[in-house]
Amino acid sequence: MPVLELRGITKRFPGVLANDHIDLTLEHGEIHALLGENGAGKTTLMNVLYGLYHQDEGEIRIKDQPVMITGPNDAIARGIGMVHQHFMLVPVMTVTENVMLGNETTRYRYFLEKSVVAKRIREISEQYGLDVDPDAYIKDLPVGIQQRVEIIKVLYRQAEILILDEPTAVLTPQEVEGLFKTLRTLVKSGKSIIFITHKLKEVIQVADRITVLRAGRVVGTSKTQKVDEQKLAEMMVGREVNLIVLKKAANPKEIALQVKDLFVRDERGHSTVTGVSFDVHVGEVLGIAGVQGNGQTELVYALTGLLPLQGGSITLLGKVFHRPTPRQIIEQGVAHIPEDRQKHGLVLSFPVHDNLVLSTYYLKPFAQGVNLQEKVIVDSGARLTKQFDVRTPSVFVPVSNLSGGNQQKVIVAREFSRPIKLLIASQPTRGLDVGSIEYIHSQIITKRDEGTAVLVVSSELDEIMALSDRIAVMFRGQIVGILAAAEATKEKLGLLMMGVQPKDIHGMDEVGTKSKVERVF
Amino acid sequence: MESKPASPAQQKITNSQGNKETSLTQVILLPFLAILTGLLIGAIVILAAGGNVIVAYGALFAGSIGSPTAIIGAFSTLFSSGDSSQLVKALYPITESLVTATPYIFAGLAVALGFRCGLFNIGAEGQFFIGALGAAFVGYSIRGVPAIIHLPLAILAGAVAGALWGAIPGYLKARFGAHEVVNTIMMNWIAFKLSDWLLTGPMKASGFRPVSPNMQPTAELPRFFADPLRFNWGFVLALVMAGIVFWLLFKTTLGFEIRMVGANPDAAKYAGVNIFRNIVLAMVLSGGLAGLAGTSQVLGVDHWVGQGFSAGYGFDSIAIALLGKSHPLGVVLSALLFGILRSGATRMQSMAGIPIDIISIIQGLVIIFVAAPAIIRWLYRIPITTTDQTVLTRGWGK
Amino acid sequence: MTAMAQGLEMTKSTFRTRLTAGLILFGVAFLILLLFAFNSQPGEEATFNLNLAHTQAIPIPNLTVPVLPVIYVLILVLVFFGAFQLARGISSTGLLAAIIAFCFVAAFLVWAARGQDFSLIGMLSSAFVRATPIALAALCGVISERAGVVNIGIEGIMLLGALTAVMVGSVTNNLYIALLAAILIGGLTAAAHAFLVIRFKVDQIVSGVAINIFATGATSFIFSRFLELNDNLNNSGIFPVIPIPVLSKIPVIGTIFFENTFIVYLGIVLVIFLHILLFRTSWGLRTRAVGEHPKAADTLGVDVYLMRYINVILGGMIAGVGGAYFTIGSVGRFDEVMTAGKGFIGLAAMIFGNWNPIGAYMSSLIFGFADSLQLKLQFLQVPIRSEFLLMAPYIVTMIVLTGVVGRAIPPAADGQPYEK
Repeated sequence: MPVLELRGITKRFPGVLANDHIDLTLEHGEIHALLGENGAGKTTLMNVLYGLYHQDEGEIRIKDQPVMITGPNDAIARGIGMVHQHFMLVPVMTVTENVMLGNETTRYRYFLEKSVVAKRIREISEQYGLDVDPDAYIKDLPVGIQQRVEIIKVLYRQAEILILDEPTAVLTPQEVEGLFKTLRTLVKSGKSIIFITHKLKEVIQVADRITVLRAGRVVGTSKTQKVDEQKLAEMMVGREVNLIVLKKAANPKEIALQVKDLFVRDERGHSTVTGVSFDVHVGEVLGIAGVQGNGQTELVYALTGLLPLQGGSITLLGKVFHRPTPRQIIEQGVAHIPEDRQKHGLVLSFPVHDNLVLSTYYLKPFAQGVNLQEKVIVDSGARLTKQFDVRTPSVFVPVSNLSGGNQQKVIVAREFSRPIKLLIASQPTRGLDVGSIEYIHSQIITKRDEGTAVLVVSSELDEIMALSDRIAVMFRGQIVGILAAAEATKEKLGLLMMGVQPKDIHGMDEVGTKSKVERVF
Repeated sequence: MESKPASPAQQKITNSQGNKETSLTQVILLPFLAILTGLLIGAIVILAAGGNVIVAYGALFAGSIGSPTAIIGAFSTLFSSGDSSQLVKALYPITESLVTATPYIFAGLAVALGFRCGLFNIGAEGQFFIGALGAAFVGYSIRGVPAIIHLPLAILAGAVAGALWGAIPGYLKARFGAHEVVNTIMMNWIAFKLSDWLLTGPMKASGFRPVSPNMQPTAELPRFFADPLRFNWGFVLALVMAGIVFWLLFKTTLGFEIRMVGANPDAAKYAGVNIFRNIVLAMVLSGGLAGLAGTSQVLGVDHWVGQGFSAGYGFDSIAIALLGKSHPLGVVLSALLFGILRSGATRMQSMAGIPIDIISIIQGLVIIFVAAPAIIRWLYRIPITTTDQTVLTRGWGK
Repeated sequence: MTAMAQGLEMTKSTFRTRLTAGLILFGVAFLILLLFAFNSQPGEEATFNLNLAHTQAIPIPNLTVPVLPVIYVLILVLVFFGAFQLARGISSTGLLAAIIAFCFVAAFLVWAARGQDFSLIGMLSSAFVRATPIALAALCGVISERAGVVNIGIEGIMLLGALTAVMVGSVTNNLYIALLAAILIGGLTAAAHAFLVIRFKVDQIVSGVAINIFATGATSFIFSRFLELNDNLNNSGIFPVIPIPVLSKIPVIGTIFFENTFIVYLGIVLVIFLHILLFRTSWGLRTRAVGEHPKAADTLGVDVYLMRYINVILGGMIAGVGGAYFTIGSVGRFDEVMTAGKGFIGLAAMIFGNWNPIGAYMSSLIFGFADSLQLKLQFLQVPIRSEFLLMAPYIVTMIVLTGVVGRAIPPAADGQPYEK
């Protein structure tokens, strides 16, 4: 008897059918992967299961009893625990406080008893190998440890069914291994796990069975041994997928960007970039790999003028900067695709055509002196949306109407529509569907071949390996290694991402291929 | 933390088809109903206070617009016998409404401009007063200068004074991130105390009353008609300013930047916009406009400044800017409405004994109805088609 | 290279900070010399009266100090700390600010009181009392914003509370019922704010401003229409001073802290209550979570909306008490706009106190002191126009706000409507 069954779950939002009659069973003690690309409806389905949404149609059965899950409290009471993709942890509170929130142990009914909870946390830590200090503040913990806290949260509440939503997004390859080990320990002690992801390789590694979701529907369910990557990819996307990015060998020329001994402090005053040096040449892609939170974000902010440099210099196309402003950087011929597209890249309430001139509105022909030339702006907008395949009803609608992929295309269109010598792309395909990912990747390679220097910063190792000619790894604010793409293997990069030099570990060279590298899956 | 990864479909919450229709509803129907409901509740308040609603609102109407029959009758008298005194009497209410509306237009523009840059300028009242003092000073202290120099000079003085008063909280916000709500309110109180001192000391006219000396005739905004009609060129100036603000906001690079900073300061910074300069500029312009409000009142209407000169204009202008959706045209229309209400309310106070504060009550309600259109929609059963919330502010000092 | 370069960077900036702080200390010392020392004659004395008439406290002799020597001592203190700062540096900016403030104010008082009899005890006692409405406003802000809702309408709630208290007090002749009425009105108004802000997602600042406008209009309306004509609606009497046995006998301290009215005592009780509530109970944990990361709380089954409603209403009730202070706690009658911006000063105290009940209370004491000081100085024949003294609290608020922003961190989700 399966421990959990979803029958015909349907969930609608205004304008979209997120889940379309989905069937899913979870057997006792199995790791069941829910695979699908961004936007397929996986998280919605799990939110229904966890009680954050209510299904419009369909039934949930736990141990063959139909249940109505009224909210997270109810789900928790029924033994369902969820580890969210974006951590649900309060940064300014301690581990203990976060774990006990909503389920507080109290004396005299109101007063908190933290020591009892801390003791239990230590017990769970020991039982499952999830080492954590109960009195630490979340904001001081690295991301990998924060995830342990999330898992402890659900175990503390005696969850039998664990749902993990994209848990590996923030982990190094080695930490991913550690997580998988933990998962196996958990199922051995009787838990059942649903593992949501869009990463093919992981699924094959850890899952017992796989259900593929596409556009809100179940495409198929199968035991892991019975499928291969290619088949899964096609099920996810619905068409034949090229798992391999074809690109010519790079032909790097002169140095476009030279960074020397860069020191940057983040907005709270902590030193996050501590002595970084590297070059990017015209006609090559330099990828910066690393788990989020090791200084990459602040590095990019410094390169684009958003954060001041505490030390060191940036030489852009021959011109040295110590305190660049964003406008200076832009005028030097730098294009930037920001990490947080809605925060930095777009003004959501502005129409599409205004967003397309966000950084160029003051230049000819968009403005004569202080006067905006509206017709020129609108015409240019129409032209660009066609050229860059932006799906929008018109250039007059607010850009918030567009899908994530199309919003990113607007940013790309804007940045690529002026002559640029250096492109800095930060997490360029985060949260996008496969079609958009393919498009953006091909645009980046095209730019490289046209003679632009490209710097890609991404926490998706596969993306870095697919696009880059050289790969630098950042760890704790420093570059701990720069490898040519041919020499870079996942293992080596993973070790560097954890601060370990690969030459200290013996023998794991893979023969890399020079021009064919695997795609993001 | 990264933004929520939105599924492609989930982004499409607003529909693009009904856009034209819904925006018409939004711009005209909802504000109209908001005002109507405000007046209705005001009527209930009048009843509760033991007043006669018909008499009260009748006085409101008579005081603000006058009687259409009387006006027509007066015109015919004019044509038949050349006697204009009746016409003057008949036109008094409506011209008074325009006179009252004039500072509202300026002040409403001031607050609206601030909103466009994401700034909540509650200091319009203080900037109004300081502007009035500045204009008054130039207006009464300089003698023997022809009007063609004196008047623009006085107007400029008022605008600059108001602009300076707005610049201080603007600088504090731009440089330190200090929230402008509390700072502009503090500047208001400081302005009141400062004016108390000035009007009982350095700027006091001879005599016992704490008022400034009268303006020189060369510093008065010319009136269109003879006394007692006070309708003057200030109104025209206000409309011109509305046009200028429209041009600035929507047709210039400067306005584009200001709006960008208001809509998304992070993206603006990224795109190279100088946030510091724009915040200060917006507050300076806003303060200047509020200063012009006081200036027009001094130079065009009262011809002197006294204590409590700016009472009520600050809060009213917030209501006007919100009602007008921070758009110059909307502001002008809302200002006209409030001019009518205020002008009529004085009559309502004298004839029906209803304290003029009822206007504040109505205003508070109107603001709420405009800011929460869902209430009006629920009351009048209008279906929701788009999300129409405006989040204007971002918390403390960020 | 990297670590050393880092180290060098740090020494450069710390040296600059040390230098500026040290120079400020010297500067203030010089200012005191210029303003106060040079304007005093040798041999002048200032007498500080430390006993209030009609008090329970054991009387102690007045404090008479020679003006010039005391001023010089204060200058030397500042110079000493200035030198210390330049040489070794004092890490706590708070301590430095406190030293500067203390020396300057003390020198100012000594100078202003020269040749006169100055009731220091009166000023301090009045400071403590006048801090109460500010503190209550600040506490309202704290509990509301800790749950994530900004309430700018505190001023309006206090006005409504003041009016309600005086009217109910006049009619029932029972001050406690009047207080209850004020609390009720405060809660209701805050409930309206919460309703607009949570249910309709109205911008929180707009709603607060609307409440202020409405409250100002409504209270002035009722005052003009009813109270001005009917004096028996505006004559409630005030809470009597209740000395606490034994403790009130202590000189100075006893008079300031233990001989006060019910509302002042209630203020102290509320501070302690809120502190325990926020930091030691499960309610407080959930409240703070809702204000920092409502989604996290939601996923653990905490009802975000309910928490916000109740906390905002609780804050409103506290603000109602603050409003009642103005009438039944102070003068016994209502005047238009009698809150004079105290609601906003309370918000500044909340920020300065880092959204902590105790911190907010301490900050309110500072503002209360400034308030009491300017009041006292009007009687002291100090050669400064009274209007400028009246401006002082507002200028101080602005300075405090500006200086503290960036260092004071609000709850992370403060001001943002929660979408499920």
